[in-house]
Amino acid sequence: MKIAVISGKGGTGKTTVATNLATVMKATYVDCDVEEPNGFIFLKPDIKESLDVTIPVPTIDTDKCNHCKACVDICQFNALIHVDKVMVFEKLCHGCGACQAVCPTLAITEEERPIGRIQIGTYGEEGMACLSGTLNLTEPMAGPIISQLKGRLGQETSLIDCSPGTSCNVVKGLLDATYAILVTEPTAFGLHDLLLAIDLVEQMSIPFGIVINRVHESHNQVSLYCKSKGYTLLGEIPYDRQIATLYSNGELLVRQSQYKAMFHEIADGVKEAMACSSSL
Amino acid sequence: MQLVIISGKGGTGKTTIAASFAYLSQDSIKCDCDVDASNLHIVLGGEDIEREPYIGAKAASIMPDKCIQCGACERMCRYDAIHDFKINPLKCEGCAACTVVCPANAIELKDEVTGDTLVTQTTRGILSRAHMIPGAEGSGKLVTDVRKKAKKYGTDEDLYLLDGTPGVGCAVMASITGCQGALIVVEPTQSGLSDFKRVLSVVHHFKVHPYICINKYDINERITKEIEAFCQEASIEVIGKIPFDTWVDTSINGLKPIVLYEESAAGHAIRDMWHDLQHKIG
Amino acid sequence: MKICISSTMDKEGAIADKRFGRCPYYAIYDQATKDYHFIENEGLAEAHGAGLKAAQTMVDQGVQVVITGNVGPNALRVLDAGHIKTFAMKGNKVEDQIKYYQAGELKEITTPGAPHGGKGRNGFGHQR
Repeated sequence: MKIAVISGKGGTGKTTVATNLATVMKATYVDCDVEEPNGFIFLKPDIKESLDVTIPVPTIDTDKCNHCKACVDICQFNALIHVDKVMVFEKLCHGCGACQAVCPTLAITEEERPIGRIQIGTYGEEGMACLSGTLNLTEPMAGPIISQLKGRLGQETSLIDCSPGTSCNVVKGLLDATYAILVTEPTAFGLHDLLLAIDLVEQMSIPFGIVINRVHESHNQVSLYCKSKGYTLLGEIPYDRQIATLYSNGELLVRQSQYKAMFHEIADGVKEAMACSSSL
Repeated sequence: MQLVIISGKGGTGKTTIAASFAYLSQDSIKCDCDVDASNLHIVLGGEDIEREPYIGAKAASIMPDKCIQCGACERMCRYDAIHDFKINPLKCEGCAACTVVCPANAIELKDEVTGDTLVTQTTRGILSRAHMIPGAEGSGKLVTDVRKKAKKYGTDEDLYLLDGTPGVGCAVMASITGCQGALIVVEPTQSGLSDFKRVLSVVHHFKVHPYICINKYDINERITKEIEAFCQEASIEVIGKIPFDTWVDTSINGLKPIVLYEESAAGHAIRDMWHDLQHKIG
Repeated sequence: MKICISSTMDKEGAIADKRFGRCPYYAIYDQATKDYHFIENEGLAEAHGAGLKAAQTMVDQGVQVVITGNVGPNALRVLDAGHIKTFAMKGNKVEDQIKYYQAGELKEITTPGAPHGGKGRNGFGHQR
């Protein structure tokens, strides 16, 4: 059972919701925001395992190559260029295998190239599982890391902390999710970006609920909008300095009893909403 | 002169600052490179004067009348995008590997419209931006397109203000490359600090001059000092420190740049920072 | 010998374009016939690796000299491998470039980068 946490834009509190909710739900936490993974700053898990994520890139056997350029023509990413021999530009390669498939002389073999890392650890006395992926700097492709992270999940309840925005990397985080939590702020920007996120989850037919972060007053434009549309409002996180300070020091909010109760309420709302949507 | 405003992570106040700079520099040409969630037009308003469909990707499609259901494509696909002789466009990378192995030539790559590029005539000059279909790839190409569209409205002598993309990926690189200056907006938080260091190395990689602005510097003076010490060590200039200010939310909801609020301490700090920056970038 | 200049238009008298990978046209000047021949840049629509695609075009066209504004590291590697020399443009017209080149007034580009007025070529055109 995968619960994806997304936000139309960055900085709305996605990681705050995902990390704190994972601890109260005793769920596996998965940081799929591989460009800027921050979940482990708050969870500080004991790292048990750390491994490279690689993608297969072609190497060309110059003795076998007959310079037909079929590989250059098929590559959709311009990763192969033919001058006097075929040159491979690894960072453009998506590891799709098309060049190998098209080569008439079997001159192409593949080698694994690292593009990032995955860390696996446990949090707290109960050993809650935590996974996090990091994309190496100046590497363009986050997709394979997200896929590998998700490939390690079984049937357990997991919270997937997705990339910000609504890009293809968010889609990769949302794939196979049973439920989505949309985190937003009670501002005009927040509402604008929330609509984009709603568009995406509706397009993918994933049931969802909304958490509003940094709430000054409960009658804000986002909560009014949710009520008018009949969307599930899972909870509102207040705007207070104490939360900002806890966050800035990399502390979980659930360490304070009043916030712990708040996340338990959000968790109950999620369970209830999921029970409703699965019975449909 | 091209100045890009970036932040390692989202929500650090990048657009608040970009909107204020956009307002203060009426003659500049603005680009909203945050193509995933562009917000600048919400503050600047105005009329769209150009709109063009953006072809951002290719995706494979199987012609059912030619398909002999042999399953070769499904075995070939490394992205798990093919099931039951149908292609899932959300998973397809457009790599064409399936077209190679199909014995019936039943698969073709088709262009996909993944959004629009727009040019908006605002009250404070031209704004080039994009609207992406949710779930599409906000690639560097789209950012490059947004910048290219803006170029039509100015010359090399003009000032271009770019609201960058959060993160450190492909789109971020596309918004940084070719700029002369990058204003990095950082929040004094543990995660803000680590993201800042990541994005800074990308800025260095492209040989762009970094300027640092610490937003909400007073929510954690300890980390603010840490950032300042780090910058001093690396000879990077901290050009602005903006206090935590609830006027910022008021300004977002009022859809007006924060610099228009006389009582706002943050507004004044941003104004001062802009004047300093103007001198620096000439 | 063939000389290629990145160009904003497909006619003589056009303004040269500082972008190697993302210019709309290439002006190819044949020193033997003193004729220009213009080709469209097919790499313009590429999401990734426009500079590489452009370099491939230069190799395929049998060009020996490229005159442009700035070249990314990947493209430069290809041009080097194809023994194609790359020069930085001066002034703004395509035909002026030939004059400057023949007078030996153009500087060779040996390091990749985006000088002033450089534009983003694509998401990751700048790598070692």
